[in-house]
Amino acid sequence: MSEKDIKEMRISILKAIEHDGRVDLNELAVRLGLDATDIANAMADMEKEGIICGYQTLIDWDKTDDERVTALIEVRVTPQRGQGFDSIAERIYKYPEVGSVYLISGGFDLMVIMEGRSLKEVSQFVTNKLSALESVLSCATHFIMRKYKLNGTVLAKRHEDERMLITP
Amino acid sequence: MREPIAKKVTDMKPSGIRKFFDIVSEMPDAISLGVGEPDFDTPWHVRDEGIYSLERGRTFYTSNSGLMELRSEICRFTRSHYGVSYEPASEVLITVGGSEAIDIGLRAMLEQGEEVIIPEPSYVSYVPCTIMAGGTPVVVNLKEENEFRLTAEELEAAITPETKVLILPFPNNPTGAIMERSDLEAIAKLCIEHDIFVLSDEIYAALTYKGEHATIASLPGMKDRTILINGFSKAYAMTGWRLGYACGPANIIEQMTKIHQYCIMCAPTTSQYAAVEALRHGDRDVEEMRQAYNERRRFLLHEFKRIGLTCFEPFGAFYVFPSIKEFGMTSDEFCTGLLMAKKVAVVPGTAFGDCGEGFVRISYAYSIENLKEAIGRIEEYITELRNRK
Repeated sequence: MSEKDIKEMRISILKAIEHDGRVDLNELAVRLGLDATDIANAMADMEKEGIICGYQTLIDWDKTDDERVTALIEVRVTPQRGQGFDSIAERIYKYPEVGSVYLISGGFDLMVIMEGRSLKEVSQFVTNKLSALESVLSCATHFIMRKYKLNGTVLAKRHEDERMLITP
Repeated sequence: MREPIAKKVTDMKPSGIRKFFDIVSEMPDAISLGVGEPDFDTPWHVRDEGIYSLERGRTFYTSNSGLMELRSEICRFTRSHYGVSYEPASEVLITVGGSEAIDIGLRAMLEQGEEVIIPEPSYVSYVPCTIMAGGTPVVVNLKEENEFRLTAEELEAAITPETKVLILPFPNNPTGAIMERSDLEAIAKLCIEHDIFVLSDEIYAALTYKGEHATIASLPGMKDRTILINGFSKAYAMTGWRLGYACGPANIIEQMTKIHQYCIMCAPTTSQYAAVEALRHGDRDVEEMRQAYNERRRFLLHEFKRIGLTCFEPFGAFYVFPSIKEFGMTSDEFCTGLLMAKKVAVVPGTAFGDCGEGFVRISYAYSIENLKEAIGRIEEYITELRNRK
């Protein structure tokens, strides 16, 4: 396979597994017109290279009895000489309750997404840990009230197939 | 009271698909692979543009030919995608779906008794529209061994001094067959030699899985004798918007526009505004849908091979057309049996012409999960049929 073919194959594999991490490799090979061993090798390579970072499950926790609160926290920080935002980002992402950390443009610097068991737990984290960090200037916390769509999947009620059963 | 209905209408056969539709609708919990329209929704940015045009109060008629903006986009599109240039002001007509373009194209061109060559299996409207326009349909039965392409020999055998129009329905519904450039060249040669016009129904052009779609209009000498029909239904998943178009020589388009002006006035305005957006920014959506269809196509062909159902590899539209001849049943019997026994609806090949006997049309405008479930049931059904023998 040429380098271009491999690149193309990688993209089509990634597109296919992005929304279906459990797809059967033999089936995927049929669908993409590729060889199953080639796909398995490409996936192993991409895992090693850190392109594929994990295989997760999309869960709508609101439909379970498990109580969870998700918050988006906008954080303004002072960048540190020589390290920019990296070291403060690392200090924040090391907390296990923090799910995602993004460096963003605009009126603040870091977007932190975290999950807690209650509003109180999240508030305590923000007040006692996040705001207490030396280079953090301010935090604005937004609690998520409802998730409509997550990672490209609509969690709200979906429509049934309303097409007629037979059309020419 | 005297007979209210014209004889040529009562003589018209009801669509073969209608009969099967009535049986299927008695069974609402059946899984269907019988639909001839995309399972995708119209891309949101296109729908949004339609909504915006309503909000803006664009609820008026457009010109008979359609919005100039849309005609210009169509010309840009046919030039960049299919290598054929048209003049927006005189060579394009926006119609209510590709179906209207077929109808008025035939009506504009046919004198009483002039012959129209119609390859079958194909979409259900060509024969009745030809008859309604006063023409005489001459059916060419396409063959599986030719992958249901129209060959020059078949065409030549059907040509008479009365032949005026050839309908060229590729990529084809129901077979999924395509015509590649070399196939078209042989056809074009005959058309020029015998002075025949072509009505090329290319509504599935965007859904081609082998090379680029080729239109006969782009071949030397053919633009002047071809009406190219396309639309938004299949490529952009816009069936319900009812929007298509015809491109062709100004003298034919002008007369088609006259008929269109009296019976339709203009195509739906909301749809026209949405279609402008589709042509301007819809290429990526089309490509994503095409890839999804292609995955399903490969999957189905693989599954057919696994369960031993004979099927040529189709490279267009979203249909496969497997043969059921080994079971010694008619297409109707096979489909009714499958529906009754396993609650899976597929369409008998005969709905698309007599030579569809021995075949069924299976649509893959369904998710892979749906297809898997349906194939599982088809496998059970044919295993039972084989064991019975």
